[in-house]
Amino acid sequence: MKASGNLSDRIFNIANTIFMLLIVLVTLYPFWYVVVVSFSTIDHVVGNDFILWPNGLHWDAYEQVFRNNLIPTAYRNTLFVTIAGTLLSMLLTILGAYVLSLRNLPGRTGLTLFVVLTMLFGGGMIPYYLVVSSLGLIDSLWALIIPGCISSYNMILMRNFFQNVPDGLQEAAMIDGVGLTGYLVRILLPLSTSALATVTLFYAVGYWNDYFTSILFVRTRELWPMQRILREVLMTAEFQNMMYDDARQKMPPETLKNAMIVITVIPIICVYPFIQKYFVKGVMIGSIKG
Amino acid sequence: MRTMSKSLTYSRPSAAQRRWKAVRRNWEAYLLFLPVLVWYVIFCYMPMGGLVIAFKQFSPIKGIADSPFIGMANFTRIFSTPSFLAAVRNTLILSALNLIIVFPIPILFAILLNEIRHQRFKKIVQTISYLPHFISWSVVGGLLYMLMAPQTGAINNLIVAFGGEAKNYMGISQYFRTIAVGSTIWKTMGWSAIVYIAAITNVDEQLYEAAYIDGAGRLRRIWHITLPGIRSTIAVLLILQIGSIMNSNFDQIFMLVNDMTLDVGETIDYYIYRIGLSASNNFSLATASGMIKSVIGFVLVVAANALSKKISDGEGIW
Repeated sequence: MKASGNLSDRIFNIANTIFMLLIVLVTLYPFWYVVVVSFSTIDHVVGNDFILWPNGLHWDAYEQVFRNNLIPTAYRNTLFVTIAGTLLSMLLTILGAYVLSLRNLPGRTGLTLFVVLTMLFGGGMIPYYLVVSSLGLIDSLWALIIPGCISSYNMILMRNFFQNVPDGLQEAAMIDGVGLTGYLVRILLPLSTSALATVTLFYAVGYWNDYFTSILFVRTRELWPMQRILREVLMTAEFQNMMYDDARQKMPPETLKNAMIVITVIPIICVYPFIQKYFVKGVMIGSIKG
Repeated sequence: MRTMSKSLTYSRPSAAQRRWKAVRRNWEAYLLFLPVLVWYVIFCYMPMGGLVIAFKQFSPIKGIADSPFIGMANFTRIFSTPSFLAAVRNTLILSALNLIIVFPIPILFAILLNEIRHQRFKKIVQTISYLPHFISWSVVGGLLYMLMAPQTGAINNLIVAFGGEAKNYMGISQYFRTIAVGSTIWKTMGWSAIVYIAAITNVDEQLYEAAYIDGAGRLRRIWHITLPGIRSTIAVLLILQIGSIMNSNFDQIFMLVNDMTLDVGETIDYYIYRIGLSASNNFSLATASGMIKSVIGFVLVVAANALSKKISDGEGIW
């Protein structure tokens, strides 16, 4: 397609470019806004239509947020859940995906159906809650990990990837006598690093962003992850009062909430430019059926 | 289903023995699958079994087995409960809005982005458009509450600047659906466009050149070449979305809905949570509501997949 110089084409290009810039603005401005407000004093924010810059760098809101012991604890909880959860998820997902990818395994169809059926039908929230409760997992960090640690979608994704590895490799490995586990560990996994990276990141971002599991299973505040604390600060008056335990401060709630949002979202914004290409790859593998 | 195995057609009498031998030879594979199997049994199949409490008057003290069986009573009751019916209505309205308004937008975005000639600019816009996908709904909810805050929020201040009125938009039922649809667009547009962008790059370049020589303008090329070229992708994704109209986005609804907006914001999922685990502990009624949702959802998804297979020459989701 060659660029043509006629007028309507040029108008289209200009309008289209402006439209794209508008999309960029609408996508990024909310983040910029919360950063700006979190560093500003409240009189700068009230009644100001379109805030572009903070009036100075006021760290008071951050000091106030971190004065509350719950925030460092919540950060630790989120880190633990993300790391331990991703490891466990990857272990189980690799095992499942590998076995489902073995072409000549008797019963493979049945096992695949066993997994796929759960993507179509489930017991729903209450029976799920009762099962987790009967296992004694309620009110523990493990409740944020174990009940949801396998995503069938991710498992099928990885199975599709494993299936694309030529069969001949496996046969050769079997003749060499490495066994099924040896083949997985020594040959298949080193060949699948990009798929492993993709699925690892799917899980890690999922754990990091999860708040609903803690609403279902965790009541103790000291066990809440960051995202849950943020939700309670935003949505419940009780929790807002708790952030004000210090009588000296006269911080308006908006500034404090903005600081909370910033410290919750900063890690994701920092890693996202580096991980987004793996995510895109995952979407591509997912759209090719095996 | 693609993965259906060829049926065993060994003619020799030793077929069963050979099969048993194959099973034994692969013992390692079954052992590797064991932890996965156990997890699925506990966290997926046991809850399915737990659906039995939809037919019982469940009491946590008596347990599932000893709670009295009351047949379909929970279902007749749920269908005459106004708040359940309202939740069904709210869910269907939100799904309809998602189909009509949210669904076409990534297609439009993908097409327009494809028309950008400057490759670097295109790449940057696309990468930025993914960003909201990585952000949790609690943060998106936070951004909304902040931007809409009555005194300080940028959106509220902008509305006032244009002669409008400062309001607590997050707490007014009338605006709930607009905010829900708007935030879904903001969060999903760039990410959903990936599939369409990939489909567009597969459209035959020669078609565009031929159309160009024939004097077709930009919009006509989009209309007559790009759109038909990605038609089957659009159809498959549309059907799959129709298959999930009984679902609402849990994470989103939980951030947006509050006591003031419950009348329009309560979806089936939220209703189940509220009567089952939050406001009251009516496990049986909540399970029955969930079961209605799951059964209808199951039928819709299976039908949707069958239909999408037809459209895309055997390419279903599984």
